Amino acid sequence: MAYNWNWSIFLSDTPAGDATYLGWLFTGLQWTVTLSLSAWLIALSVGSLFGVLRTVPNRGLALLGTTYVEIFRNVPLLVQLFIWYFVLPELLPRELGDAFKQLNPLLQQFLAAMVCLGLFTGARVSEQVRSGINSLPRGQKNAALALGLTLPQAYRYVMLPMAFRIIIPPLTSEFLNIFKNSAVATTIGLIELSRQAQQLVDYTAQPYEAFIAVTVMYLLINVTVMFLMRRVEVNARVPGYIGGSR
Amino acid sequence: MISIRQVSKWYGSFQVLTECTTEIQKGEVIVVCGPSGSGKSTLIKCVNGLEPFQAGEIMLDGTSVGDAKTNLSKLRARVGMVFQHFELFPHMRIIDNLTLAQIRVLGRASEEARDKGLKLLERVGLKAHAEKFPGELSGGQQQRVAIARALCMDPIAMLFDEPTSALDPEMINEVLDVMVELASEGMTMMCVTHEMGFARKVAHRVIFMDQGRIVEDAAKDDFFGKPRSERAQLFLSKILQH
Ligand SMILES: Nc1ncnc2c1ncn2[C@@H]1O[C@H](COP(=O)(O)OP(=O)(O)OP(=O)(O)O)[C@@H](O)[C@H]1O
Ligand SMILES: [Mg+2]
Repeated sequence: MAYNWNWSIFLSDTPAGDATYLGWLFTGLQWTVTLSLSAWLIALSVGSLFGVLRTVPNRGLALLGTTYVEIFRNVPLLVQLFIWYFVLPELLPRELGDAFKQLNPLLQQFLAAMVCLGLFTGARVSEQVRSGINSLPRGQKNAALALGLTLPQAYRYVMLPMAFRIIIPPLTSEFLNIFKNSAVATTIGLIELSRQAQQLVDYTAQPYEAFIAVTVMYLLINVTVMFLMRRVEVNARVPGYIGGSR
Repeated sequence: MISIRQVSKWYGSFQVLTECTTEIQKGEVIVVCGPSGSGKSTLIKCVNGLEPFQAGEIMLDGTSVGDAKTNLSKLRARVGMVFQHFELFPHMRIIDNLTLAQIRVLGRASEEARDKGLKLLERVGLKAHAEKFPGELSGGQQQRVAIARALCMDPIAMLFDEPTSALDPEMINEVLDVMVELASEGMTMMCVTHEMGFARKVAHRVIFMDQGRIVEDAAKDDFFGKPRSERAQLFLSKILQH
């Protein structure tokens, strides 16, 4: 049976009549990007904090960091999402739980997915941050402390700036992953990019066009992220630095 | 100025330092030598509290280093330290390496810190390189910058841990020259080094360590004349061969 290619389908109106099918895709794209970017902010800050904690000479703090990483890295993302979305609101104090459930459903889905993706990716980021810090020559910290800097100052001005430079490549791949992983949000009903593609197929019976378009959009995200991170890497390059530890 | 009394330190059950005792007066230059693994680096790091020790006492200009109540950062800011591998901060320009602690620790205004940094760079002959990054300098130049960085803090004493042993031979002298000059100006210095020429020239006393103990602590002339311990004699004969 011959397949009827129909690219103009994107320009026709949806049954609801409020947008074109292309409009649907763009709305999905917006949700995917917003969700991923806000989760990435959480991942970066939480990941940096816990990554640092794991390298600090204090047993309790290091244990706290390890616990976080092991939990969030080892429980499947989908399970985590269900816990955040379905289970946690029930466990919260009554008022808080109710307040959450009274939010706009879309907002509920978004918040749960954002926190979930952010903390999941944050655990992975914290691993990178830790290994970046540990790959610095030990003498760097000593040199900073010997000058009279406090430990937090040594991290802030000496160790972290180099550690982050070293881990730009693995951070880039975590950044890319978060866009791909954001597709799990469909399972709790958030109409993001991959979900919109599904809908398009359901409504138009033009699966090839729909998925080709969505693939192109994901690729565009990819290319943009790589381009941005490349810029960051070039800007952060240290003249004369050959890298590696002694 | 620096007084080390009965200091012992263990890594787990391995004893790195055993009852080390010595005294460094203001303006004195002490050279510490000894075979690899004898605990020289560990001892010098104990002096500014970079390594904790379990027994004994170290007093630095009247302040106890081992005391839990001592503000170590404040204390360290007053003692310069120079490392084997320079440890300049690679992502900062030379001048920023020199001003960082002046600004963040001493609270100097950035203009003042910069002037001070440039003055000290000039002194080690590297003013022209102020805007470069550490990776763009040779090893000898980096080590001179490291010395200047420590001097920016107006230290009351300087600690050196094998400052020339990572350098190519032709760069050793440019660093030693800076150190000799410093010594002749009356800086209190504790130097772990195997540069016996330097020791002969400027040291007041030489300390020889072996297996975590201070085996010999003698005036320079006595040390080079006739070390009392056999270990020190053997060590000297080995490193003076070349
Ligand atoms: N963090 C550590 N954990 C366990 N053992 C250590 C540690 N640091 C040093 N040591 C051990 O302590 C001993 C003394 O080390 P130290 O670095 O002070 O020797 P050193 O005299 O400076 O030697 P070198 O001339 O090679 O620099 C060595 O046997 C070393 O293996
Ligand atoms: Mg050593």
